[in-house]
Amino acid sequence: MQKKTLSAKLLASPHIVWSVLFIIAPLIMVAYYSFTNADGNFTLENIKALSDYKEVFLNSIWYGILATIICLVVAYPTAYFIARSKLRVQSTMIMLVMLPMWTSLLVRTYSIMSLIENTGIINTFLEKIGIGPLQMINTPGAVVLGMVYDFLPFMILPIYSVLTKLDNKLVEAAHDLGASKVTVLAKVILPLSRSGILSGITMVFVPSVSTFYISQKLGGGNFALVGEVIEGQFVTSNNFNLGAALSLVLMVLILICMAIMNHFSGDEEESGGGLMP
Amino acid sequence: MKKFASLLLALIVMLSFSVVAFAETSPLTDEELQAKYKELAGTSINVYNWGEYISDGSEGAMNVNEEFEKLTGIKVNYTTYDTNEAMYTKLKSGGAAYDIVIPSDYMIQRLINEGYLQKINFENIPNYKNIMDEYKDLYFDPQNEYSVPYNVGMVGVIYNKTMVKDPEKSWSLMWDKEYKGQILQFNNPRDGFATAMFMLGIDVNTQDEAEWQKAYRMLIEQKGVVQSYVSDEIFNKMESGSAAISSYYAGDYLLMKDNNPDLEFFYPEEGTNIFVDSICIPKSSQNKEAAELYINFLLSEEVALANAEYLYYATPNKTVIENEDYSLRDNEILYPQKEDMPKTQYYHNLDQETLGLMTTLWSELKIEGTSNTAVYIKLGTVAFIGLVAIIFNTVKKKKREKLYDV
Repeated sequence: MQKKTLSAKLLASPHIVWSVLFIIAPLIMVAYYSFTNADGNFTLENIKALSDYKEVFLNSIWYGILATIICLVVAYPTAYFIARSKLRVQSTMIMLVMLPMWTSLLVRTYSIMSLIENTGIINTFLEKIGIGPLQMINTPGAVVLGMVYDFLPFMILPIYSVLTKLDNKLVEAAHDLGASKVTVLAKVILPLSRSGILSGITMVFVPSVSTFYISQKLGGGNFALVGEVIEGQFVTSNNFNLGAALSLVLMVLILICMAIMNHFSGDEEESGGGLMP
Repeated sequence: MKKFASLLLALIVMLSFSVVAFAETSPLTDEELQAKYKELAGTSINVYNWGEYISDGSEGAMNVNEEFEKLTGIKVNYTTYDTNEAMYTKLKSGGAAYDIVIPSDYMIQRLINEGYLQKINFENIPNYKNIMDEYKDLYFDPQNEYSVPYNVGMVGVIYNKTMVKDPEKSWSLMWDKEYKGQILQFNNPRDGFATAMFMLGIDVNTQDEAEWQKAYRMLIEQKGVVQSYVSDEIFNKMESGSAAISSYYAGDYLLMKDNNPDLEFFYPEEGTNIFVDSICIPKSSQNKEAAELYINFLLSEEVALANAEYLYYATPNKTVIENEDYSLRDNEILYPQKEDMPKTQYYHNLDQETLGLMTTLWSELKIEGTSNTAVYIKLGTVAFIGLVAIIFNTVKKKKREKLYDV
């Protein structure tokens, strides 16, 4: 890893410039705003004020976890199924998974809204067959549904890409040695696809925790998630400092969650093709 | 909507005479205007306006920006925002130089106070004489130096007459337990708090914390009957009949009524909010003269008429009101008769402390009712499972290492 040629450095430079400009510089600004007041003097007031928002943070994390678990449970069999089918079928299926991502997140959220609205398509149908309208929108369930729907492809894709690279000889060997189907899944396939699962979890959990749009539209604005509170601080009360402090803590919390997750990635370098290193 | 076709024809005819129209209204400056157009042709202006807040050529209406470009040769770069606050944040951050912004009253007051606006040279805006006197000398710009009124609106209560029978004209309808789960409230703190404050008879511009707390308690009480807190999704919910009662802007009500004739509207007797959105020129403007020509263009009869027909907001332009072709001129909601005119109150800019208080109370309102212990238990369970998994994982790893060591 020591030898980096000049050309390698040159090739990396666009990304380094990009990161410094759009990732590191904004992060420094967030940290700066968190620890200063409106006049630019050092203060810890913003951090202290955060205790008012404990429940908001916990609620957001809870919904994030819930959405992630549901995504995982739905996505794993789907990805497995796709990875095991014929090559041509595979590409069609993957395209179907990606298809919703070609429309904007806002449009997708709005369509869910009109589906589960009290007088929406589903409820109109339920009413006709006599089950009666069910309260679906403006419930926590609707928010989680929105998260799952919007972020599911981010779970399927990394798991799928790991599973396609899985060496089938290992599975066959396990069968030859007398392992049952369940044992093969638990002892061979699952551990080998761990890197895909982990990057999937990261890519679903992070946007779920910080979303504000989904909870606003599908939750009816009834429960504030932390993304909404941050947006309010920046947009409504122009309190950049408190908003930045909230974002900083959210970032730290997500990092902690990720650190715990990484504990499971194991020391052995799996030949994973996950989207995360 | 069919009126538009004939209107469009009229507009096209009128447009071709627009130069003549200028000549009629301002004979002295017309030639100078033409000279200015020539001089500034090829330059561009950056216009920053509310979303859906100009006649943009859809449904056969006039495309105002395109017409301006055709007339003057000045290019219009048009971008939009959703809230006054978003516009303010953008202006304050200095990320982009705008030549035209169209904020509401209280935001103009704030922008003037903080020195973000510059004085307009009214010599370049002969059409300013089209503005009605009642929309001059407004509180946020008493000398008429910084702003030119664009649209006027009021907030009222909308209800679906198939679900709500003959309500009293009061804000208390939005607290009525009979309609539990069918009421929509604003999802922005200023308008949301105002509904409670008007009902309680509190001045909406108060800086007194106790009064804000009082309004807050009122909103907490309302939360039990509120279906959801909404912004633009209100159109869907009211038009489809998902909700029965809401409060919103009069112009938007008329748009909803087009799609659902069962919707009715009233101005509450306790009083309501009136707002004026006015055209301003930020200090950062790079092309002030062209911006003034643009304002002048927006104030001309045919453009203002096209906007009024398209936007359904009340216009402060007297040539439009006097125009017989204006389909909404007798609309009693946009232009109530003197005796029906509700008590109205403008929003004023709040100081930073009150703004902070308002946002805090608003997010407390949202959190209120989500049981706290439940989330602790849930997360505790998750943490416990995680911990067990970690221990299990470590033990397994150790065992395996031992196995290999041997």
